[in-house]
Amino acid sequence: SGSCQGNSVERKIYIPLNKTAPCVRLLNATHQIGCQSSISGDTGVIHVVEKEEDLNWVLADGPHPPYMILLDGNLFNRRVMLQLKGTSRVSGLAVAIAKPNPPQGFSPGLKCPNDGFGVYSKDYGPQFAHCNKTVWNPLGSELSYEDFDFPIFLLEDANETQVIKQCYQDHNIPRGGSGPEYPLCAMQLFSHMHAVTSTVTCMRRSSLQSTFSINPEVVCDPLLDYNVWSTLQPINSSGKVDPEKEVIIVATRIDSHSFFWNIAPGAESAVSSFVTHLAAAEALHKASDIHLLQRNVMFTFFQGETFDYIGSSRMVYDMEKDKFPLGLNNIHSFVELNQVALRNDSVLWMHTDPISRLNGSVEAKVRNLLDTLRNSSLGANVSLQEAEFSQPLPPSSFQRFLRARPIPGVVLTDHQTAFQNRYYQSMYDTPENIHMQYPEGLSPEETLEYVTDTAKSLAEVATVVARALYRLAGGANNTSAIQADPKTVTRMLYGFTIKMNNSWFQSIIKPDLKGILGDEVPQHYVAVSSPVNTTYLVQYVLANLTGTVVNLTKEDCQNPEKVPNSEIEMYEYAWVQGSLYPNSTLRVPYCVRSAVHLSKALSPAFELRQWGSTEYSTWTESRWKEIRARIFLVASKELEIITLLVGIAILVFSLLATYFINAKADVLFSIPREPGAGAY
Amino acid sequence: PIPAQTLSCRAFFWLVSLLLSSLIWFIAVKASDPHDEPLQKGLLIFGVMFSVLLQEAFRFLYYKLLRKAIEGLVALSEDGCSPISIQQMAYVMSGAFSMINLLADALGPGTVGIHGDSQLYFLTSAFMTMVLIFLHTFWGILFFHGCEHRRWWEITAVVVMHLAVSGSTFCNPLYVGSLVPSYLLMAAAAVWAYHLSGGSAQNLRRFLLCK
Repeated sequence: SGSCQGNSVERKIYIPLNKTAPCVRLLNATHQIGCQSSISGDTGVIHVVEKEEDLNWVLADGPHPPYMILLDGNLFNRRVMLQLKGTSRVSGLAVAIAKPNPPQGFSPGLKCPNDGFGVYSKDYGPQFAHCNKTVWNPLGSELSYEDFDFPIFLLEDANETQVIKQCYQDHNIPRGGSGPEYPLCAMQLFSHMHAVTSTVTCMRRSSLQSTFSINPEVVCDPLLDYNVWSTLQPINSSGKVDPEKEVIIVATRIDSHSFFWNIAPGAESAVSSFVTHLAAAEALHKASDIHLLQRNVMFTFFQGETFDYIGSSRMVYDMEKDKFPLGLNNIHSFVELNQVALRNDSVLWMHTDPISRLNGSVEAKVRNLLDTLRNSSLGANVSLQEAEFSQPLPPSSFQRFLRARPIPGVVLTDHQTAFQNRYYQSMYDTPENIHMQYPEGLSPEETLEYVTDTAKSLAEVATVVARALYRLAGGANNTSAIQADPKTVTRMLYGFTIKMNNSWFQSIIKPDLKGILGDEVPQHYVAVSSPVNTTYLVQYVLANLTGTVVNLTKEDCQNPEKVPNSEIEMYEYAWVQGSLYPNSTLRVPYCVRSAVHLSKALSPAFELRQWGSTEYSTWTESRWKEIRARIFLVASKELEIITLLVGIAILVFSLLATYFINAKADVLFSIPREPGAGAY
Repeated sequence: PIPAQTLSCRAFFWLVSLLLSSLIWFIAVKASDPHDEPLQKGLLIFGVMFSVLLQEAFRFLYYKLLRKAIEGLVALSEDGCSPISIQQMAYVMSGAFSMINLLADALGPGTVGIHGDSQLYFLTSAFMTMVLIFLHTFWGILFFHGCEHRRWWEITAVVVMHLAVSGSTFCNPLYVGSLVPSYLLMAAAAVWAYHLSGGSAQNLRRFLLCK
């Protein structure tokens, strides 16, 4: 922001746009994607495009290029964007978010997500590589993966969009056939990105700077965060688990993405799956004989999966290099939950990998896995069906584990072939997309507690998964006690998709973290500073749902190593805020002991410094100095030149006049001065 | 030769007077209700008038200082800078200072007008600054002449003219209401100051024809 923000002359000239989201530059080993503006911002005359015909003015007819386009959300598609990309008459774009969601669907992601980083390649199932058999995201326009050389901003506030349209109506409408007259309404967008070309280039430049410069100017940062993991039977998180001990891994991703920076509501693509996973973890902990089970269960929440499996590739790498308590040989089977909220006719599809099932022993274990799942669904409103045998796995973290070992595993989804989600990786993947509906007139507290149909449906899936896991872990008792609670599910859905700052989340986090609970819509982008809010909240929710309350004082809870028998290698202790006393602002804090841990989710490519790697994710995000947008009026060039010439003329005239008056001063001023008057 | 310090002194005095008056106005604004429009407008008018009176008071103080400095000097220059030039440089500096925040915002891509103000804002501000510089120059001559010869009505005339010009700016954005009277007053002050400095219509004719 300028040094004199709020200076009254500046306020006469500019109207700043505050509720915007930019499109930023991301880089991988070979390409750059996203948008770039000039270093001092891009300016253009505003033109509102609400139907396709309006584009002709921008592309051919308009007399005052370059133009800044205010695009209606429904026209934000690949055809229009490629037309704008190819012309030099466009200096920038502002997209007004479409309300309601575009009915034809919208996905700026890839048609074949994370292609090339999964298990299918020319060496393994070539007939399945590059989505030859099944296109998972047919609505994908791949807009997020294009490189634009002009800035693109999202206008989130309808009031600001109206202000811009009003300015356009007042000044920019062509009147009487000819072009509109100056002054014209214009917009300026600042989003200059420092990194260029690819991760290889920007990391090389950053490392040169860090090595040789006193004041290093880093230009890009790798995308990184933390994975959250927890085990049913606590294990020593810094030691190694006995190689004979078998573990079943349950996995989901917790991040999403969209065209614009830090806009990633991900209701169906991420939230639905990890909320179900959390509910299943809570349900499984209700079993009475957990410590007697033959096999352990590990609940894993991967971050960064949207960007070529950052979290899961790092965990597999750590397991291979013995830096993780478990090894790949400990894994008995793998269950993954992917996008489970849009089930058609209550059907949940089970996807398996056909290539690994060609091996007899793997096939037997997969059969067992599928049968256990089917048996666990009896009596629940979930119908488990197997996807066609010759169909590959959808994009999932399980594929990274399969790259390392032929592990028996299954991926549960609500889609048989293409995604049911018509807004995959977009800003429209909102609670409305997963049919979360609340009655009118509820207060925030009532909305938190209201059990939606979506919550009930996800709770059923969680129950089925939890019961299946119990059986897979060797449990023999009756599973009727293992039941997911829809009340917990609905609170989690509210907190992760509508408002993080609610009473339940406030009561389960540490006091010094309460700043992360914001009032705006929660976003689940992996980002470059860690851990992000989503990771913290998943960690604390999991701790609350699967941990136990222990009777420790605050000092003991915050310094558990001083307490005898605290087993700090196995447990994490957290002193949480607790809920409010009724009619009071005081809270009842307590100590929670849980087996929830964080593990670093940074792509192995950055550990190994192989920035051009094709095996591991190499995604980085560019750095920038300022991102802002504003609108104002621009004067015609003629007026500017006239002003300048008048000024120069007056200057020259005054110089001449001063010279002549000075030279002829004795002529002009004839009365001699008295000494007292002095020459001042 | 007049010490160069007196030149910056004059600009400094003017700046100090402005600083003091803006401080008073700032305190008054902060102490009052920001949403009361007529009150804010009234405070602004009061602030401007107070500032004018303070500037004239500082002009008087400067005159006193200069008299003391001149009495201390033995050698007086006979040649000379015309009575206009040194002070004029000081007034130009003051004019530049008053324009500088405007110039900084004029550097950006936008021009005034999105909230409905006139597009000619920068142009008229420049002309207003020019006329004020001239007026201050002429007022300086009139004021000092009045102080020298104990002609109080000359001093009062200067103060009244200053108040009138500053008051006319409240006519903005009706720029005719502020620029035209200011230029007319400037012409009148120019004629008067020229007369006091030793000029006459005859000299003027000789100057223009001898060209």
